[in-house]
Amino acid sequence: MANVLVCIKRVPDFSGEVLLTEDAQSADARFVGFTLSNHDSCAVELAVQLAAATEGATTVLSVGDADAVEQLRSALGVGCTAAVLVETEPVELGPADVAHEIAAVVRDHEAAGTTYDLVLLGNDAADSGDFQVGIRLAHELARPVVTGVQTATVATGVVRLQGDGPDGRETYEVPLPAVVTVMEGGVEPRYPTITGRMRAKKVEVETRPVSQAPAGSRRVRLSLPPPSPSTVEVLGEGPEAAGAVVDLLQRLGVGR
Amino acid sequence: MILVYVETTPDGVSEVSLETVTFARGLSTAGGGVPIDAVVVGPASDGLPAELAAYGVRTVHHADGDDFDRFSGAATATAVASAREAAGSVVVMAGGTNRGMEVMARVATRLGVAMAANVVTFGGLSPFVVTRQVVGGAALEEMQLSQRPAVFTVAGHAVEPEPAAEPGAGTVQALGVQPSPEDLVVRVVSMESAGNDDSGSLKSARIVVGAGRGAGGPDGFEGVVELADLLGGSLGVSRVVTSLGWRPHHEQVGQTGSRIAPEVYIPCGISGAIQHWAGCASSKVIIAINTDAEAPMMTKATYAVVGDMHEIVPAINEEIRRRR
Repeated sequence: MANVLVCIKRVPDFSGEVLLTEDAQSADARFVGFTLSNHDSCAVELAVQLAAATEGATTVLSVGDADAVEQLRSALGVGCTAAVLVETEPVELGPADVAHEIAAVVRDHEAAGTTYDLVLLGNDAADSGDFQVGIRLAHELARPVVTGVQTATVATGVVRLQGDGPDGRETYEVPLPAVVTVMEGGVEPRYPTITGRMRAKKVEVETRPVSQAPAGSRRVRLSLPPPSPSTVEVLGEGPEAAGAVVDLLQRLGVGR
Repeated sequence: MILVYVETTPDGVSEVSLETVTFARGLSTAGGGVPIDAVVVGPASDGLPAELAAYGVRTVHHADGDDFDRFSGAATATAVASAREAAGSVVVMAGGTNRGMEVMARVATRLGVAMAANVVTFGGLSPFVVTRQVVGGAALEEMQLSQRPAVFTVAGHAVEPEPAAEPGAGTVQALGVQPSPEDLVVRVVSMESAGNDDSGSLKSARIVVGAGRGAGGPDGFEGVVELADLLGGSLGVSRVVTSLGWRPHHEQVGQTGSRIAPEVYIPCGISGAIQHWAGCASSKVIIAINTDAEAPMMTKATYAVVGDMHEIVPAINEEIRRRR
């Protein structure tokens, strides 16, 4: 029976332009929706699958503001059975702070009797892109950590993990308890069912404050890359432009 | 002194590592000519030290042997930390690959210092400030690295690789370091070599033909597959294509897929959202094909053809064949 803790982050859904706040300290998310990074969605899916396969349970956790409950409810809707919010202003935290807060929850829950065989996180967050929370968390918990994982199976006392290395598909096998960071592509995140959503509404989210004042992210300020004005040259319209395209390709030395 | 964790391929130093050493030289010059050392872990080709010397590396610290014959991020971090101690490095850096991120994060964590991911430039030295990519490269963050060593990864394609004007000594020094049993717990146990259809060839492809939602379904890729074939290039797709299950994940170009830097990128039916742009922004020439002339990919491209990819791409293929 593997109990899993999966950690997610509420991030702005930037598909178009990014705007910055006036103080240049964060992205202006007033006009965008919020979502989970693809890596986090896959982590939730993998967590739910692993718990189901071993008759364990999955707890979902987020370190963020009160609005992050929206993302926690989504995860509850696809099969997580408990949820924790460490309520804080996410922009004040650096990756070491986030790792510390997750570790504090793990320690508290384990002291109260729930052991987490696996802690899953997304490989990196779509907004801050630090690529290190999972590694710092594992260090605090003195547990092995494997990054970039796409698929996993649990056997007695061990977990078998697979991901893409530079030369091919790599397999790791580590003893439990362990920390795993998940890369999208190995599992297909499911959508919540109506029953799932209804069940999710009834779960009480455990809300707690941060355990210590954050050290911060060492961010000086944000800026936007200089906008490049459009200098696109339109070659033509429709299939009639094929000649112009092939002329160009030949000029570029492409396609023989 | 600057220490660079260098990744290798069977042919020698990886492209990203050559970029990273080039970046290191810029930092070295700004610091008044600080020496640059490299740390290599695992099997290395014979020509590797000379290749690194040509890029200005003074000493190559090499950790080899049974303990390092299969990748372990933890064991690699131990080797890097050992080289850092031996050389007294104040900067430890690597390329912004999955390996580089993992190893630098482990090194920084063990040393109790910060790690900056995907750095593109540096500002002042005192204090040491770096600028790094956030939001998939759509925004930049200035971050202060006041601790020592300063640890960071360099974003792929942030600089062009360039050999040094004056080569370094490239002396090889064996690293007599032993990973701990805890290190070796997290170690690759088996690997299946990638075939020609892996994402590695996509990342290094000179020519990429892209396809997005405009393909319309799993059967909508014949034209672009043929075009990629005719041009000797690779096929790349946008995230919507893989999340709809039309094409496999390893073909995905984007923030969570592969970052490409081809000579020519031909995105067809791709709108060009930030997620995707993060993966293809380093393309030298972009020829975009889309029914929507206002789509971000069309306005950001070098050249554009307005219209239906299902009419235009077959016409291009026919024209290429006709001219051969």
